[in-house]
Amino acid sequence: MSAAPSSSAVVATLKNVSLKYGKTQALAAVTLDIPAGCIVGLIGPDGVGKSSLLALLAGARAVQQGLVHALGGNMADKAHRERACTHIAYMPQGLGKNLYPTLSVEENLQFFGRLFGHRATERRKRIDQLTRSTGLTPFLSRSAGKLSGGMKQKLGLCCALIHDPDLLILDEPTTGVDPLARVQFWDLIQGIRNARPGMSVIVATAYMDEAQRFDWLVVMDAGKVLATGPPAQLLAQTHSNSLEAAFIALLPEAQRRGYHEVRIPPLPDDTHPEIAIEAKRLTKRFGDFVAVDQVSFRIRRGEIFGFIGSNGCGKSTTMKMLTGLLPADEGQAALLGQPVNASDIATRRRVGYMSQSFSLYSELTVRQNLVLHARLFTVPKAEIPTRVAEMLERFGLVDVVDVLPDNLPLGIRQRLSLAVAMVHRPELLILDEPTSGVDPMARDHIWQLMIDLARNDKVTVFISTHFMNEAARCDRISLMNAGKVLVTDVPNELVRKRQTATLEEAFISYLKETDVPLPQPAPPAAATSPQQPPPPPYRRIRFNPGRAWSYSLRETLELKHDPVRATMALLGTAILMFVFGYGISLDVENLSYAVLDRDQKSLSHDYALHLSGSRYFIEHPPLVDYADLDRRMRSGELSLAVEIPPDFSRDAARGNPVQVGAWVDGAMPRRAETVRGYVQGMHQGWLLDAATRRLGRNAGAGPATIETRFRYNPDVKSLPAMVPAVIPMLLLMIPAMLAALSVVREKELGSIINLYVTPVTRSEFLLGKQLPYVVLAMFNFALMTLLAVTVFHVPIKGSLLALTVAALFFVLFSTGFGLLASTFTRSQIAAMFVTVIGTMIPAIQFAGMLNPVSSLEGVGAWIGRIYPASYFLAISRGVFNKALGFASLQDDFWPLLLSVPVILVLSIVLLKKQET
Amino acid sequence: MPHLPTIYRLGVKELWSLVRDPIMLVLIVYTFTVSIYIAATAMKETLNKAPIAIVDEDRSPLSERIGATFYPPHFLPPAMIPLSAMDAGLDDGNFTFILDIPPNFQRDVLAGKSPAMQLNVDATRMSQAFSGSSYVQQMAIGEVTEFVQHYRGTRPLPVELVMRTRFNPNLEQSWFGALMELINNVTMLSIVLTGAALIREREHGTIEHLLVMPVTPAEIMLAKIGAMGFVVLLAAGLALAGVVQGVLGVPVEGSVTLFLAGTAVHLFATSSMAIFMATLARSMPQFGMLAMLVLLPLQLLSGNATPRESMPILVQRVMLLAPTTHFVSLGQAVLFRGAGFSVVWPQFLTLAAIGASFFAISLSRFRKTITQMV
Repeated sequence: MSAAPSSSAVVATLKNVSLKYGKTQALAAVTLDIPAGCIVGLIGPDGVGKSSLLALLAGARAVQQGLVHALGGNMADKAHRERACTHIAYMPQGLGKNLYPTLSVEENLQFFGRLFGHRATERRKRIDQLTRSTGLTPFLSRSAGKLSGGMKQKLGLCCALIHDPDLLILDEPTTGVDPLARVQFWDLIQGIRNARPGMSVIVATAYMDEAQRFDWLVVMDAGKVLATGPPAQLLAQTHSNSLEAAFIALLPEAQRRGYHEVRIPPLPDDTHPEIAIEAKRLTKRFGDFVAVDQVSFRIRRGEIFGFIGSNGCGKSTTMKMLTGLLPADEGQAALLGQPVNASDIATRRRVGYMSQSFSLYSELTVRQNLVLHARLFTVPKAEIPTRVAEMLERFGLVDVVDVLPDNLPLGIRQRLSLAVAMVHRPELLILDEPTSGVDPMARDHIWQLMIDLARNDKVTVFISTHFMNEAARCDRISLMNAGKVLVTDVPNELVRKRQTATLEEAFISYLKETDVPLPQPAPPAAATSPQQPPPPPYRRIRFNPGRAWSYSLRETLELKHDPVRATMALLGTAILMFVFGYGISLDVENLSYAVLDRDQKSLSHDYALHLSGSRYFIEHPPLVDYADLDRRMRSGELSLAVEIPPDFSRDAARGNPVQVGAWVDGAMPRRAETVRGYVQGMHQGWLLDAATRRLGRNAGAGPATIETRFRYNPDVKSLPAMVPAVIPMLLLMIPAMLAALSVVREKELGSIINLYVTPVTRSEFLLGKQLPYVVLAMFNFALMTLLAVTVFHVPIKGSLLALTVAALFFVLFSTGFGLLASTFTRSQIAAMFVTVIGTMIPAIQFAGMLNPVSSLEGVGAWIGRIYPASYFLAISRGVFNKALGFASLQDDFWPLLLSVPVILVLSIVLLKKQET
Repeated sequence: MPHLPTIYRLGVKELWSLVRDPIMLVLIVYTFTVSIYIAATAMKETLNKAPIAIVDEDRSPLSERIGATFYPPHFLPPAMIPLSAMDAGLDDGNFTFILDIPPNFQRDVLAGKSPAMQLNVDATRMSQAFSGSSYVQQMAIGEVTEFVQHYRGTRPLPVELVMRTRFNPNLEQSWFGALMELINNVTMLSIVLTGAALIREREHGTIEHLLVMPVTPAEIMLAKIGAMGFVVLLAAGLALAGVVQGVLGVPVEGSVTLFLAGTAVHLFATSSMAIFMATLARSMPQFGMLAMLVLLPLQLLSGNATPRESMPILVQRVMLLAPTTHFVSLGQAVLFRGAGFSVVWPQFLTLAAIGASFFAISLSRFRKTITQMV
């Protein structure tokens, strides 16, 4: 690294950095020097540009304006970014956003270890150290998606720390994490910093108690930096005694207006309280795991009742049972005097619920979300505008009214969720961690709102929270642990009982009483110890097979954890091969016809009889008249109607010209064409017959004959013709669909961030992902070929090697097509759609399956000529049916071979390495 | 009892999610315009530009006449090749048909010896090979017959067969191609859109949110079916009027309104089926696989790629459960044959029954599968 001496004390510098999302200004000319070797905290209200700033520093987002320097180089410079990202670790906002939920803890860590080029022994050592110090060791085999929020964040941190970063960037790492886990999280960071004092940490946080412990703070508001300095300096500057107060004092006057400390009027005593929520011995099991164990409580109307407990202790599950989302295994619950019943619509109108994860419509704007919910809760139409305006005002959403939720920071989204839960003025609110991620001032504001609702309107509030100062505001709280309620009481009473100074200590002391083992605080020996080798020196490599391999392994694991998908891919192709092999018949037979015999003499009967003797036709009841003919042809019952005119026999016998009419249904042209041929042939046959009989001698077999030889398939059977055509079709569509969702799914679920901030290149990422699908598809190919030979008895007459090599090229193309479909789309639906359109239609219609490409016209012919499926189809037929090998098929090999680099380069070019 | 305003609100929300995904909109427009146009114009005739070669060992006026009967658009101009080049020509796929006219052919014909020509057909070329071979036979024999009659001056046969093709007199493949593509796309779009929309809501947790509101699963399902059905129906209507009847100039025999009514019922059936599939799949990748596995047979075996009556009985029976089979027969009857409701009511009824069954099964599974996902 070419670090200038002056920058040794500064890890990152921003000069006049501005960032816009559409019309929204996220950062406005920010200039900032961030000191190295310490913990720097970013604090400020929600949506002031903290996350944007961190994303720029990490290289996840492209620099728009200004200069961003990190680790001694310009982050807008691609070469520096590649070099720097091996020394930066970035944890984005949101629980476990950069993790792979279906992979286990161990597999996630292994993936990140490989990505940074550690060897197996080194990985083992690091993973063991990291998991031991975070208490994750017992959960190594649990899938990341099933971890509690706190554990997810710890795992995210482990993944970030696995490569000994010089700069650790954490975006609200402890949001939604319980107090105990938070303490452990910071202990862990402290331990690592003790071991590696040179490491710089930049954290955005909503917790002021955390910020208090940081070395240096940046206070931000509205895309600008308001103040910087150590916490003590900020306190002194604002003459405040708490950082929370200092933070509020630093905000501009306009935002401070209307703010006051939360005041809670006491809950009036009521001798005969009305019960809003009652739970009796509620129990929920997931398999062997008891998530909620015999939980009972009663909540009075107008009471604010808090649920406190570590992540994964069963709070959310209890709440879901109360709302009817999850059926309880045992016990009863009643809301507002009504037993909980999933189909009870009337009670649901009176309840507002906010789930832990954001679950509003990201495709609707803030206003549209509010209006939709108001309408679904049947708020009278006239009231909706005022109600929505009121919610926007109360929750500080006025400025973002037309913004899509995805473009909003976490804190604002939480407020929107809360606003949505309250828009119909429910009598009862069930709120699952409504304030996590929300800035302190907004949190106080929300609390004041809830208190007013409870005290003035007697709204019952059932809330879960991780903030102890919020817990202290509840009328009563329940402490939960491992599915059980430990104690329920007034907060002050709990502190008194345990004789502790704070509620947090009381909570921890209750926890310690249980026999549940608490994770041991981190030993100071963290990830690195002196004897460890330094990270491998950075060499710029265009394609690092190790990193590509780590993506291959990850993709393989995901396939392994979702056996249904792989099974469908394999079994599905086998089934489809049977269906098409037997189902698609090229013969046109069993054609339905009927005769309108208006003569009814022996000769006309003879004509009709001649027709019915054909194996191609099936006779239907005779036609009565023209109306009957018309009706039955229109309904599609008849493909052919034959009319024998009156006096047919007489005229024919006299040698007068007679016309037999044949009506053919032209709706399916190919069938009609065949019917015409059959009828004509039959007519000729009948004439010969009749002549023979009339003249009493053989009238001859006609002037000439044609012997038709169906080459390659002399018995004209469907199977030998269909099987070589079905293999390319299935080998195109199934692998393409398998690969298609792999990239766009990461985009939709967030883990694409690992592509942005780790040293993996686009080609490593894509080719690594492609490999497992290629292997699976080749396995598919082997299965289909085996089926063809053994079950369908369609022998391979030509070179199996040629077929296999062609299949490999083709599979590289088809998986590549899937990847391409998912690089430029934004949603999984769109990627799926592109894949279906881009594979099914060309494969069936233009690749030469039913008609050769040379017979096509217009754009269809053009598609057929450039589409690789056409060439693989030719090779497949050449090998299966025509006994050909490499030499005769080389004209088909070249285009197939060429298609592979074309599709892959296209995918790589279209994939973005940074968010723009 | 489903609440209509709720369904309407949720349906409008579905439409918004489409509007906010511009790539989806482009794709929908593409499938109902360009895609139909390409499919319709790719094949002008049933037998179009078939590559044919002639091995003329006779080199007589008659053999030359036979050669001259094959011309575009049904055939590419025939290539005259030596006998030795025949196998290679078929192997390389240069020709689908090679007609070998033996030496002394004309002489033998006139001598009444009824000599035989040999037609070699590349049977791997499936439909072209099979429908084309009888065509080649007719043309060649017809030419010979005419030659003989002209030469001998024999009178025409007393009984004549008058062939009339109804509903598509010139057997224009583009008529068929356009309408079948329309029918295929209606099916594909409704299954992908509806099913994936439900899976997406599950993956994003928004379904869970709906279920705590005064909204029933039936309303959620009806909203999805209604919204997606509306989009596809609108697109199909515009495509029928603009692309099929307008640009391609395909005459529609029957009532467009009746066809669109049938499309609506078909959409109810396919989107109910898609919702059922979405309750089986646990993630979008699984749904993607499932969709492929279902769509392929729906398209290939419903009777619009090859005639139903030629399929094995078992396949025919099983495919009676598929909505496309009935929709294809309804579409053909109404659009080509001008059939009225009195003719196609059984298809309407069957489609409605299939839709109702899928709907009922999905409804009973809905809540269970949603909570499993969470």
